[in-house]
Amino acid sequence: MDLQIALLLAQDGITNGAIYALLALALVLVFAVTRVIFIPQGEFVALGALTLASLQVGKTPGTLWLLLGAGVAVALVDLAQALQRGGRRRIPRIIAWNLIYPALVAAAIFLLKPTEMAMPLQIILTLALVVPLGPMIYRLAFQPLAEAPVLVLLIVAVAVHLALVGLGLLFFGAEGSRTPAFSDASFNLGGIVINGQTLWVVGSSITLIAILYLFFERTFYGKALRATAINRTGARLMGISTVMAGKLSFLLAALIGALSGVLIAPITTIYYDTGFLVGLKGFVGAIVGGLASYPVAAAGAILVGLLESYSSFWASAFKEVIVFTLIIPVLVWRSLTTHHVEEEE
Amino acid sequence: MEHESKPILEVADLCVSYGKVEALHHANLMVGAGQIVTVIGPNGAGKTTMLGAIMGLLPRSRGHIRFLGEPQPEIEVERMVAKGMGLVPESRALFGSMTVADNLLMGAFMRHRLGHRDHPETMERVFQIFPRLRERREQQAGTLSGGERQMLAVGRALMAKPKLLLLDEPSLGLAPLIVKEIFRVIADLKQAGVAILLIEQNARAALQVADYGYVLETGEVVLEGPAGQLADDPKVIESYLGLGGAARAASSRSQPVAS
Amino acid sequence: MQRAILALFLVLLGIAPLVLSEFHVTLLNYIGLSALVALGLVLLTGVGGLTSFGQAAFVGLGAYASAYLTTATDLPGWLAWAGGSPWVGLAAGLLLTAVVAWLLGSFTLRLSGHYLPLGTIAWGISLYFLFGNLSFLGGHTGISGIPPLELFGLELKSGRAFYYVIWVMLLAAVWITRNLLDSREGRAIRALKGGTVMAEAMGVDTARSKIIIFLIAALFAALSGWLYAHMQRFVNPTPFGLHIGIEYLFMAVVGGAANVWGALIGAGLITILKQWLQDLLPKIFGASGNFEVIVFGIMMILVLQRARDGLWPILARLVPEARRSSRAVPQGQALPKKAMPQAGADILEVRNVFKCFGGLVANNDMSLTVRAGEVMALIGPNGAGKSTMFNCISGVDLVSEGEICFLGERIDHLTARAIAHRGMSRTFQHVRLLPAMSVLENVAIGTHLRGDKGVIPAMLHMERTEEQRLLAEAARQIERVGLKASMFEQAGSLALGQQRTLEIARALAADPCLLLLDEPAAGLRYMEKQALTELLRRLKAEGMGILLVEHDMDFVMGLADRVVVMEFGEKIAEGLPEEVQSNPAVLEAYLGGVE
Repeated sequence: MDLQIALLLAQDGITNGAIYALLALALVLVFAVTRVIFIPQGEFVALGALTLASLQVGKTPGTLWLLLGAGVAVALVDLAQALQRGGRRRIPRIIAWNLIYPALVAAAIFLLKPTEMAMPLQIILTLALVVPLGPMIYRLAFQPLAEAPVLVLLIVAVAVHLALVGLGLLFFGAEGSRTPAFSDASFNLGGIVINGQTLWVVGSSITLIAILYLFFERTFYGKALRATAINRTGARLMGISTVMAGKLSFLLAALIGALSGVLIAPITTIYYDTGFLVGLKGFVGAIVGGLASYPVAAAGAILVGLLESYSSFWASAFKEVIVFTLIIPVLVWRSLTTHHVEEEE
Repeated sequence: MEHESKPILEVADLCVSYGKVEALHHANLMVGAGQIVTVIGPNGAGKTTMLGAIMGLLPRSRGHIRFLGEPQPEIEVERMVAKGMGLVPESRALFGSMTVADNLLMGAFMRHRLGHRDHPETMERVFQIFPRLRERREQQAGTLSGGERQMLAVGRALMAKPKLLLLDEPSLGLAPLIVKEIFRVIADLKQAGVAILLIEQNARAALQVADYGYVLETGEVVLEGPAGQLADDPKVIESYLGLGGAARAASSRSQPVAS
Repeated sequence: MQRAILALFLVLLGIAPLVLSEFHVTLLNYIGLSALVALGLVLLTGVGGLTSFGQAAFVGLGAYASAYLTTATDLPGWLAWAGGSPWVGLAAGLLLTAVVAWLLGSFTLRLSGHYLPLGTIAWGISLYFLFGNLSFLGGHTGISGIPPLELFGLELKSGRAFYYVIWVMLLAAVWITRNLLDSREGRAIRALKGGTVMAEAMGVDTARSKIIIFLIAALFAALSGWLYAHMQRFVNPTPFGLHIGIEYLFMAVVGGAANVWGALIGAGLITILKQWLQDLLPKIFGASGNFEVIVFGIMMILVLQRARDGLWPILARLVPEARRSSRAVPQGQALPKKAMPQAGADILEVRNVFKCFGGLVANNDMSLTVRAGEVMALIGPNGAGKSTMFNCISGVDLVSEGEICFLGERIDHLTARAIAHRGMSRTFQHVRLLPAMSVLENVAIGTHLRGDKGVIPAMLHMERTEEQRLLAEAARQIERVGLKASMFEQAGSLALGQQRTLEIARALAADPCLLLLDEPAAGLRYMEKQALTELLRRLKAEGMGILLVEHDMDFVMGLADRVVVMEFGEKIAEGLPEEVQSNPAVLEAYLGGVE
């Protein structure tokens, strides 16, 4: 391997690593706020990428049916609860968000000819379609179990992952898709060709991380999410409801996931089940950060990207084996540095 | 009865169970507007459970609660906070890695959500009550001393401008000087019109500031009455105010305290 | 009734292959293979509270080990002797799995809850890709031409013949699992769910218990893999992937992870449903693919939301349970007792102990002694640091500074388990017991250190004499503290005061010479307090040292020989009860008002 190749591999590694870092942040956020280890994080990557690809080739994305169906399910559950417990004032909101909003998205897709839209509009439409699935999934799968042990929530997360992968296959078939790059530009930097999409990915990731930072540090709701993550009971006593915090964190996770999908769709072919492995690599990063530290998780994720990139050069068949076996020394390291004291309840 | 003022909180026949074990049996309790009412009793008597059920942190197995004269068929913490009830739990439940100012800000979360934007003034008022918090405003809550934490917990609850404050063992583990400070604030809050339901192990101090008191034992209200009467009740003196025989003598020495 | 159902079930199993079609026998074979893996998960998840999504990888290890050894024509010289025989393949597969599981387990089991399942996901993927990429394992095409099993000279080539091998092995696994759970080691395993603090304080090596169930679960999986390889006589990586591992966990959870029969029900249900959905769904959707995962995913979510304990408890409720009163109080020869130290000798010495949590000093220069045959009371307001002192003495917390000696030996660096071993036993301020287990079984956890029969005798129920003696001891202590009437009740159904009393019986069952009681009288009624006073006086007369934290002053003053008073982590007074009661500093601490 000469320097040229090493740098190319580094570029690859950092590009993927930036995506893993975004996912790692989402995973840390969701775990801290809801205690859900969000295995389906990667599915949002695939759903985002495949939805965009469908819109670009003029197919109706299957995720639309999922949005409509999930909307109806949430509306039914919420309406039943509102009627039982006397929350009639909430009825218009429930209908607006779960029935009318998905209908509007459907109308946009059928009436506005997405194939002729500019790419930024296609991306916005994709996000408008995929992101609301996050809070809807929270409502249907996790909200009824908000007080359950982490282990039960994890099993539910795995079940959601399984259902979403099956639905992905149903909606998009077994063939993969690739979308056109955001820009065809490439730059020559000291003999290394850096292509435009890499810059897009890295740039967008950094921007998104900065926005998240500002959200958590400067806004009322961002601080409320942090408060929930630090002390759930304390947050509830302030009137920050667990449900609101859960939905908000799932919304952010879905946004991060779908956006990641949109960003990498021009770089790699995305299949219905690609998201899972991508998400898990974010996980390895998140675990490096102990599912608690955002910066360490992001750094860990970049490391995973680099490791993956170099091992695909040295032993491409064993790329996944190497990346996922890395978690073992990481866990050993964590087990030596974490002093787990059983908390008094 | 000193219960002539309009009740702000009425609890009737409240029962709470953990699994098969009932921790609170048929408790009745009332807090009048602007009153301080205290609940005393030994560890494990169900005092914290009672507060949890009133606030909506714990599900009740039966019983009725009226707050501000309205029945509360479905109690959710969020709703009770919005209506003007605040709880300072025994654990304080602070946001340790956030600053003192941000902790206070979170206290105003519900008001902010309901459209009130008066938290800067409220925070100023809290700083006047607890000047120490102003000094420490940019410090992380986790680095505060025990007394400062308690001040922050009470201050944070005040940010919501509550009509009724539930305090769970505010003097727990605090040095006498700080306990005094806390009780001074409790008395001041009463002056400002906040009703308080106070749970205390320091029964003497509690009965001194309170208007009315209840004694809870193994999940049941066994005694109630105006605080002054309770402080003189031989059974209360024996069980909660002193160390058996010697304390009886001691407490008769310090009798004027209760008046 | 239960026995009749079990007998009927066994008879039906026995005649099934004689009357069912080849297709249905094959289906039953698959159910049996899956149930074996799910059974391991019942032990791991339902009983032990640990979870693995990676069991399919262990199935793969068992399958590939035997497949390779029985088919390879070019085994390296040092392995040549192992070629050809499926039975050697079985031994090799189990050994390989044990080593791998032990390595993985020793890394991940030390961590708190969620790291283990995440680790299992990672190695589940890792091993799957490894199977598919190693050329000597045939890559993604796999290995074919695996020889059939041979038993007593008969080649088991048909599904019907193989059926009996699978189900005999499965039922044997069910039997040894049930035996294990109903034993001293089994109680230690079941105690894991209640957190490690109580179990360790009773002398249970929780790390060892975790590794044991992890190994057993892995070995059941490997056995299933070996059976699979020789039944199919062909292996490739597909059935050992992560999604199959997830399916195994679903089987255990849907069936009811807390009971061995839940594994069979779950495996049966999921296997049949999968078969049916794989036929049905592609027709509905007009495309081919594994769409059954959508149904499984949604079904799993609903099961966990609506019936978290799975189907077994719902089915079990249909069958009347044996009547409680018909259960006999266990009888057995008394266990040997340790000699008590001489009355009046110092058995516990705490010297200048400091304990800090961050900046908070919970114990500040604390010293106290407890003598054999005396009751020492530690009193003080809430938050004074009494429970912290208890935790330091019993090894739950490590002291920051200072020494603690027990029976003349430094113990401040020892684990709770090691301290329990030396004859100290305790109760907890916040009751720590297993609410779903009976009072008898809870107290029997206390006898853990008084038995020594291990896992293998327990699995084969060869330790019944010792087990009877342990249970009899537990029953004696229950009688002693006055809970005889509730011996077979679930511990969680007792009133709080009785649960505290149960903890005293559990502590006594360990045969201690020093007893640490944290608020034993809280929640007790007047008569019960009288009985407790009587009991503690008797123990004292027998030479036991008792260290007591209590708030009920009448109780303390009537019982204690000496009293230490704490406030703000410090000792503010020490002496005879009368002295302490008139000590001005103590009166200030208790009576200090706000005037």
